[in-house]
Amino acid sequence: MYIIIVGAGKVGYHLARLLMAQGHEVMLIEKDRAKVDLLSIEFHDAIMEGDASTVEVLREAGANRADVVVAATGNDEDNLVVCQVTKLMFLRPRTIARVNNPRNEELFAGLGVDASVSATKIINAMIQEQVKAGDMMIPLLTLREGNVEIVEVELSRSSHIVKKKIKDLTLPPGSIFIAVIRGEEVIIPYGETEFQPEDKVIALVKRTSEQVLREMF
Amino acid sequence: MRMMIIGCGRVGSVLANQLDEAGHEVVVLDRNQQAFRRLSEKFSGERIVGNGLVEEFVRPTLQEKTDLLFVITDKDNINLMIAQRVKQIFQVQRVVAVIHDSILAGLYKEMGVETVCPTDLVVKDLLQVVGES
Repeated sequence: MYIIIVGAGKVGYHLARLLMAQGHEVMLIEKDRAKVDLLSIEFHDAIMEGDASTVEVLREAGANRADVVVAATGNDEDNLVVCQVTKLMFLRPRTIARVNNPRNEELFAGLGVDASVSATKIINAMIQEQVKAGDMMIPLLTLREGNVEIVEVELSRSSHIVKKKIKDLTLPPGSIFIAVIRGEEVIIPYGETEFQPEDKVIALVKRTSEQVLREMF
Repeated sequence: MRMMIIGCGRVGSVLANQLDEAGHEVVVLDRNQQAFRRLSEKFSGERIVGNGLVEEFVRPTLQEKTDLLFVITDKDNINLMIAQRVKQIFQVQRVVAVIHDSILAGLYKEMGVETVCPTDLVVKDLLQVVGES
């Protein structure tokens, strides 16, 4: 594919390198002459100086035959205009914008940008995902060559087992709760033990049941 | 009429002075407090220090009925983004963006963003001079 990347900052630079390593044809467009001079040692003909929010520069870069134009500068207004001009003047390329301020994502979608990428949103989504899944399961001790583990899970407010009693839960075979740490107190759990947010649950689990147990939380 | 001007530079400040003098209700916004020095001493409108791209700064003005918004910062791309965003969020009667790049000004006009291009206006005047010579 032929891919035009606008902005040779950290995002644009590394994206260009990755795509070139995968065998794609790349053109990097950068406003700052000093940056262009520095990077031309590495990129040769694959970097050019210019303001890519103008039709002339995009045309010179070959936007009419590009498959994708990525606007990866640190300024949302520049990224928006690059994508819009590309869409209006050159019918072929798909446009992808880096969104620096997550509040602009909605605006971009309504204004003809094909796809937008916000690092803040992605990282936030990953964190939410982590907190939800029992991925915060910490291995404390591995026994029998790794086939049995003692693990600890701190319960979040949104955990499935909060406010539930052990007798109402179906534990996966090959697992058992051995202790619940609540503040300073250590509780040896039994059927009537009810879980609370921030409880640290210590469990003994066979490797084969770990994933099922993880999903319980 | 009630109007807002984003960008109190050479154009924005002169426009603000004249509109104010003509009796319109004018609100001027600029990122830089110093920019308001360009306004005349008689200027009676409101001055807001803030970034026109940030909704919080324009909301108090634009959520009230506004007849006209002029977007006149010194950066074309910022003007284009502000104009399009305001039209998405607020009910302003008319939004005009000043765009120096002649081709961009034409393109966005076709897209429905009202633009005024100083470059085109100067060229038109200069060509008239040629015609008169």
